[in-house]
Amino acid sequence: MRVPRLGLAVGVALVVLAALVPYLGLHIPAVLPGTQDVLNSAGNLSILAVSFVFGAVALGYDVLFGYTGLLSLGVVLHFATGVYVFDIALTDWHWSLAAALAITAAVGLGLALVVGAISLRVTGIAFTMVTLAFAQAFYFLIQDNPHGLTGGQDGLALSTTRLPSVLSGAVSNTRSLYWLALAFLVVAGAAVWIFIESSVGHVLVAVRDNEARVEVLGLRPFGFKLAAYTLSSLVATGAGVVYLLLIGTAVPDAVATTTLTLAIVVMVMLGGAASRGGAVTGGILYWYLESLLVKVSGQPSFAGLPAVVRVPLSQPQFLLGAIFILFVFFVPGGLAGTVARLRARRAGGSPGPGHPVTAHSVLARLVPSRSDKEAS
Amino acid sequence: MTTFLSLTFAGLALGAVYFLAASGLSLIYGLMDILNFAHGMFMTLGAYAGWDLATHLPATTPSVLTFAVEVVAAIAGGALVALLTEVVFIRPLYGKPLSQVLVTIGLDLAVVALLLGGFGANSLSLPVPLWFLEATHAGSVLLPNADFIALAAGVVVLVVLEWFLRRTRFGIVIRAGVENREMVSALGVDVGRAFTLVFVIGGAMAGLAGLLYTAVFTGDLLSPLQGDGLLIFAFIVVVIGGLGSIRGSAVAAVVVGLLQDYANYYGGQHAGFSEIGNLSTVLLLALVLEVRPRGLFGRAT
Repeated sequence: MRVPRLGLAVGVALVVLAALVPYLGLHIPAVLPGTQDVLNSAGNLSILAVSFVFGAVALGYDVLFGYTGLLSLGVVLHFATGVYVFDIALTDWHWSLAAALAITAAVGLGLALVVGAISLRVTGIAFTMVTLAFAQAFYFLIQDNPHGLTGGQDGLALSTTRLPSVLSGAVSNTRSLYWLALAFLVVAGAAVWIFIESSVGHVLVAVRDNEARVEVLGLRPFGFKLAAYTLSSLVATGAGVVYLLLIGTAVPDAVATTTLTLAIVVMVMLGGAASRGGAVTGGILYWYLESLLVKVSGQPSFAGLPAVVRVPLSQPQFLLGAIFILFVFFVPGGLAGTVARLRARRAGGSPGPGHPVTAHSVLARLVPSRSDKEAS
Repeated sequence: MTTFLSLTFAGLALGAVYFLAASGLSLIYGLMDILNFAHGMFMTLGAYAGWDLATHLPATTPSVLTFAVEVVAAIAGGALVALLTEVVFIRPLYGKPLSQVLVTIGLDLAVVALLLGGFGANSLSLPVPLWFLEATHAGSVLLPNADFIALAAGVVVLVVLEWFLRRTRFGIVIRAGVENREMVSALGVDVGRAFTLVFVIGGAMAGLAGLLYTAVFTGDLLSPLQGDGLLIFAFIVVVIGGLGSIRGSAVAAVVVGLLQDYANYYGGQHAGFSEIGNLSTVLLLALVLEVRPRGLFGRAT
């Protein structure tokens, strides 16, 4: 296994720095997303913690999107499964924490295998549509409030009676929840990294680049793709559990919509698909920027702006859509791709083999070209 | 039995709207490999175009004429938006099918958000003739009049589309392109024009679908989110029918419309099953993919 020393050192340094943030009472005006301008205020820590959760989701999603070349629009199915199964076990059934975690893991794994196995029967765009349909079905299901379990549209607030007091959502516990989110990100990151560097991970990249060739080598791509789908989904399910502990309530429109799926795709595009650190940076940055925008659009000075500026800015989905378009046209490799390009330019050569793949090159492979179709 | 017949009729009408949405998606995918998420936006904008023009008519305009104007505006609006989408956003990305998909996702998100910001979630009402709200007696069966309109539109579009694709020069180029795009360009046909054309046709049908959906199924209320809601079912129809097949879309649209309607009525009466109709369509999709991964009418390659 090749260990990129510098990358690992930077990663460890960033994690240590992040772990120290709750002790840093720095006063930073204007750019913090919380209501207070102090870095370690409860509001800021909580937003940062959620950004770590989405950093982890983006990281897991990139296993499927960037490394395997599969565009799934069903990632929120697995995220919302983590949120809802954990919530139902604790709140509706009053199970213990350990039992709730166990059933969430079991359901999360089972659902990933079943939905993955069905969806992966088709390839390309049909896979995208099928995953989208499953996620939408789950959204309908929790909206429906079967047996009064999910609370329907209003959602289900987490009951903290069976939780250790350190994990209950009180403001005084923001620090411990922050560290929990950071720890989850580190664990998810390690799992994804080990997976990508393993022989399975190398086969996945080969599947993405040329599936027919992998088959010629005597390997069945289906099993490898299912492994990628399962890992990606399990990270999302775990992230759902941490998200619920942080936010304290499960609402369908916050955790199970197609918009959230698309936001996760944007996170990966923003950071750069199939690049170490790209997806996680994109996830954290996206959540930070969105929270900042929500804060800015709520300020009184904002209401004074002309409608042409105010209406689009007050619609986060408008900006989400605009970022989509701008990145596809102008920054196809995301931040990681841009960094690599700049570095290559300084070195005066073309980017080496370690160069992160651009979104275009990943995406071009998602749909088999016409000639591939004829051949298969 | 009378309930069953009424349900069947309503299910066919729903299927007709699904067909209008799905056939355009299917053609665009068949020719260009693009999964067009902006189709949801075409549907929504079509309905809003119809509403907008109707509000500018004098109050004395007969309601039937108003509706005719709405239909024309929706078709023209959908076609125009589709034309702009193809020329401005899709054309620069030829050869990068998935970048095109992502752009259509971005467009749909942005435009729907702007409509939400400008008009609110559910505030506008589309004027329709009173006749739409009444029902026709066929023996002991009550058939809602609005359903006739949706059904008629679906049948007319199916017939016209089949004629266009089989009997006209442009239609034959499109069909040939769906079969084998490289061969068609090698023969010197300008496939780029066919791309624009399928977008315009798809957009026109989507605009009509959006307007009819509002007039027939939402109690005349316009919502910026309605197109995206329809789009999910249109996707399901396209995959079940087989990507690229118009007849497949027609058959699958009827099957999905009927299934959804029956399941909603017979299953939705039980508490906690109000979404059973929507869920059943996804289960059908899973089932069809297990048996025929390429859909009912998809060609095995």
